Amino acid sequence: MTDDAPLLSARGVTKWYGRRLGCRSVGFDLYPGEVVAIVGESGSGKSTLLRLLTRQADLDAGTVSYRMRDGSLRDLAALTDAERAVLRRTDWGFVHQDASFGLRMSVSAGGNIGERLMSAGARHYGDIRAEAGRWLARVEIDEARLDDTPDTFSGGMRQRLQIACSLVTGPRLIFMDEPTGGLDVSVQARILDLLRGLVVDLGLSALIVTHDLGVARLLSHRIMVMKAGEVIESGLTDRVLDDPREPYTQLLVSSILPA
Amino acid sequence: MPMKPVLEISGVSKSFTMHLQGGVTLPVMVNVTFDVRAGECVVIVGPSGAGKSSVLKMIYGSYGCDSGRIVVCHRGEAEDLVQASPRRILALRRETIGYVSQFLRAVPRVPALDVVVEPLVARGASRDEARDKAAAMLTRLNVPQRLFGLPPSTFSGGEQQRVNIARGLLPDYALLLLDEPTASLDAKNRAVVVDLINARKRGGAAIIAIVHDEDVRDAIADRIVDAVHFSAAA
Amino acid sequence: MSAASYNFAYLDEQSKRMIRRAILKAIAIPGYQVPFASREMPMPYGWGTGGIQVTAAILGPDDVLKVIDQGSDDTTNAVSIRAFFAKVADVKTTTATTDATVIQTRHRVPETPLSDRQILVYQVPIPEPLRFLEPRETETRRLHALADYGLMHVKLYEDIARHGHIATAYAYPVMVAGRYLMDPSPVPKFDNPKISDCAALQLFGAGREKRIYAIPPYTRVVSLDFEDYPFERYRQSGTCALCGADDTFLDEVVTDDKGGRMFICSDSDYCEKRRETASAGEKPHD
Repeated sequence: MTDDAPLLSARGVTKWYGRRLGCRSVGFDLYPGEVVAIVGESGSGKSTLLRLLTRQADLDAGTVSYRMRDGSLRDLAALTDAERAVLRRTDWGFVHQDASFGLRMSVSAGGNIGERLMSAGARHYGDIRAEAGRWLARVEIDEARLDDTPDTFSGGMRQRLQIACSLVTGPRLIFMDEPTGGLDVSVQARILDLLRGLVVDLGLSALIVTHDLGVARLLSHRIMVMKAGEVIESGLTDRVLDDPREPYTQLLVSSILPA
Repeated sequence: MPMKPVLEISGVSKSFTMHLQGGVTLPVMVNVTFDVRAGECVVIVGPSGAGKSSVLKMIYGSYGCDSGRIVVCHRGEAEDLVQASPRRILALRRETIGYVSQFLRAVPRVPALDVVVEPLVARGASRDEARDKAAAMLTRLNVPQRLFGLPPSTFSGGEQQRVNIARGLLPDYALLLLDEPTASLDAKNRAVVVDLINARKRGGAAIIAIVHDEDVRDAIADRIVDAVHFSAAA
Repeated sequence: MSAASYNFAYLDEQSKRMIRRAILKAIAIPGYQVPFASREMPMPYGWGTGGIQVTAAILGPDDVLKVIDQGSDDTTNAVSIRAFFAKVADVKTTTATTDATVIQTRHRVPETPLSDRQILVYQVPIPEPLRFLEPRETETRRLHALADYGLMHVKLYEDIARHGHIATAYAYPVMVAGRYLMDPSPVPKFDNPKISDCAALQLFGAGREKRIYAIPPYTRVVSLDFEDYPFERYRQSGTCALCGADDTFLDEVVTDDKGGRMFICSDSDYCEKRRETASAGEKPHD
């Protein structure tokens, strides 16, 4: 976080679904190496916000800007589809709660990891396979599973494979939507630990959408609490969790089950 | 020495508003004012519930303040933590302010050695060099080597606390916040910790500690601040 | 003439103009799949209705038509389509590759090199090479627009991972003029090199899928591969039992119930011409 220029910058991000509010006037900066958690209950607008930030949906108002590798800050709306596609498959990573959004379930683990490399122009089978094997090992999956398809993998392995697929091109920003949702506690701990290590080692920035304050505490530097489409409280993770100001945040914090 | 204090707290007040209990406001502290200089150890005393730990948490940024200033001076720059951005606080935690909490908040699966290594690496040390230093520190604190590779969540309270101390005392923070660092330690290890704290003092660190053990307090304290003077509960 | 009530080449002039416009656009953007309003033809989809509509749109009274199915002039599909155009367009037909001006083909490129006065019309069942990996048309169009073809290499990667080599033997994907990924219709990959830098205009019609695409003459067409698994032509090893050719694409023919079999040229015209030349050459020995 020595870099003082934000990597991602959101201002006044607003989205309506007809007369229903998706999210309103969300603004924040995400800096290099920083992990920000967006927390809130189901329906609070946190997943909508993630879709808007990654331009999977159009904004009704506001801007989202991104610092390109050449150092220029560009409004994502002003990028061409081709430029956005390159961002999505090289500079950004995605970990979805539902692995089938992020993986090709009938393509081998190696093929899944290799896809982003091949999209980026890699054309040496042996190199692609070796790189895929290295990433599989890095996310703690036995390299012997390289030719197996993710539909034969456990839930935790699928999440780890998604992580490998995302990181193989050396992205600077990773978006995660409930990355450990629906997993056993022990499996969850393993993935959180893996993510934590990778984020530090690779100097990644990350935006994590989660309803789980434990996940937020473990992974994030800062928290934004969303309620009914708006960010109602934000700040240092430990301050928001240990000294929550808003009634809703206090309710969320008091609802955590003791470990 | 006419040196500027490392930490200057002035007029700090803190209360909690409990929205889940009908919006009741609980005042915790009123007008906290004291300072700490380099190489000095200030021990905060007072009955439990007086808000001693809350003072440390406000300095560390885990609690917000209602009013007042908490100015930390490091490398010639003064910064008011009450107004500082989250990013700035994180930077100060990395570079300047160390905190040994009462209990280690262990991360699942991370081995004890890596828990200690982490702040050093965050400050730019190489992992190998940091590992050597961490191992030496843990050994000095009588943590058996067979535990280095295990996650501290499985350790006894005393072992966890020593991992916590190693993590907090190893980097050369200019300001150290110690919350009952010796509470769950035996006499032998208490003595080691006292030596370590005094060594950090000689190294120029400004230290604020909460210590109940009178022997330890006498061994490290240069000054006593009584929480009764600013406790809203008193 | 019993077909007098039909317009020349079966389709009405407006339909032919519509198809020609699609063909012109296809030629202008080599390898790009141009949608067109595919007409009902008097035969079921899957019998070459796309190729037939293209042929109908480009055929003139002076053209000479050849139709092959898997390289052969005398299979049902070839015979029927040849008879169809002889009837509705009254054009001359031939089985000789060199005599034809328009050649409609299913699943082969003739062995005899084509010339710049010829047009090769392919019948195409599934024009989208990415379809098996990406079922959404919106998504495959986006991938084409962005030239995002990593996915096609994923298929080849999977081939090698599973079989140790690129097992795709026909409909082998190609890049046309360095821009568009294209399915060359289910021709054996043996034929892929003949598609590149070909003197003849090559047109592709998919009737059910309503797409036309084209490769203009002398266009570079590259078969996808990996640096360490380069594209390889494949043919059955052996020689043709009829003409003795050892460099043509061979069909396997079962000759009895006891496992007897022989290999013969899949291109029946090429094989016949070789035999005629050979027997003409042997005559002095008689």
